[in-house]
Amino acid sequence: MGLLDKRFENGGIIVTRLDDVLNWSRLSSMFPMTFGIACCAIEFMSTGTTVYDMDRLGILPRSSPRQADVMIIAGTVTFKMADRIRRLYEQMAEPRYVISMGSCSNCGGPYWQHGYHVVKGVDRIIPVDVYVPGCPPRPEALIGGFLKLQEKIRSESLVAPKAIERLLKESETHAAV
Amino acid sequence: MQPFEEILALVKKQCTHSDAVADEAATPKAIRVHADDLLPVMQELLNHSSLYFDMLSCITGIDNGPGHDMEVAYNLYSIPFGHQLMIKVKLNRDNPAIESLNHFWRSANWLEREIFDMYGIVFLNHPDLRRILMPADWEGHPLRKDYKHQEYYRDIKVEY
Repeated sequence: MGLLDKRFENGGIIVTRLDDVLNWSRLSSMFPMTFGIACCAIEFMSTGTTVYDMDRLGILPRSSPRQADVMIIAGTVTFKMADRIRRLYEQMAEPRYVISMGSCSNCGGPYWQHGYHVVKGVDRIIPVDVYVPGCPPRPEALIGGFLKLQEKIRSESLVAPKAIERLLKESETHAAV
Repeated sequence: MQPFEEILALVKKQCTHSDAVADEAATPKAIRVHADDLLPVMQELLNHSSLYFDMLSCITGIDNGPGHDMEVAYNLYSIPFGHQLMIKVKLNRDNPAIESLNHFWRSANWLEREIFDMYGIVFLNHPDLRRILMPADWEGHPLRKDYKHQEYYRDIKVEY
């Protein structure tokens, strides 16, 4: 974590990088959208119950895509649903993340061969950050997916976006040549 | 409860295009009638005081493949008398069409829309014959034996 496990000496002042503070606050308050499509949504709901208590990780569902950071695709994505999912994703504010939960949204699941109505993987519609395997995945697996996403957020930088840095570096080398 | 023979006799009285054929091995016992006799037969089954089939439980579409015919099976149930009956009709596979039963049983509305969606069987005089499960701009009828799904739907690849 890099913040709370440091000892608070020097009058309560600690020195750290801005990126670390921003990322720590972001990964400690990931708000997924209240959105379930099939049986995986039942496991998603179980993850929110007192037994698994995803609130202890700062994860609590929000009912509007405008307030959500993470979208969990919890279930079978049909072609009829595809446009709605894309639209909800586009309504979310950046930075936004997508967890694909379960076999159906990972790759079509049991519908991969004869399911004429199923999109064979939600990554054909929107970019996916973490894939959680299972049919359906247990709440532990979904929490594991959130922990993976936390790792990903921890290594990001909002202050110095890497893509822009790379572009700047390329233009510098071009100028040098 | 009305014996099957008496129901069959009442149905036969309504048939003008071809004779009704009984299939007692079916569950529930079935009567096959000509497609053009469907409306008078169903009206009799619904309104006759000793039959009163007031519930249309299910409609099933059947595709027997290219070169064969299509079928529609209606499952009826009478709540006051507790008897059940299946009515079957055969349809031409090249141009399958049959009268809608929406005016007799309102449950027929969505059931017929589903049959239309999955098999392409047209229900004549249906008030709202749209697809019910697949998207409105989907191509083809998925439960037909010779169905091939499209390559792309709105730029999303359909094949795995």
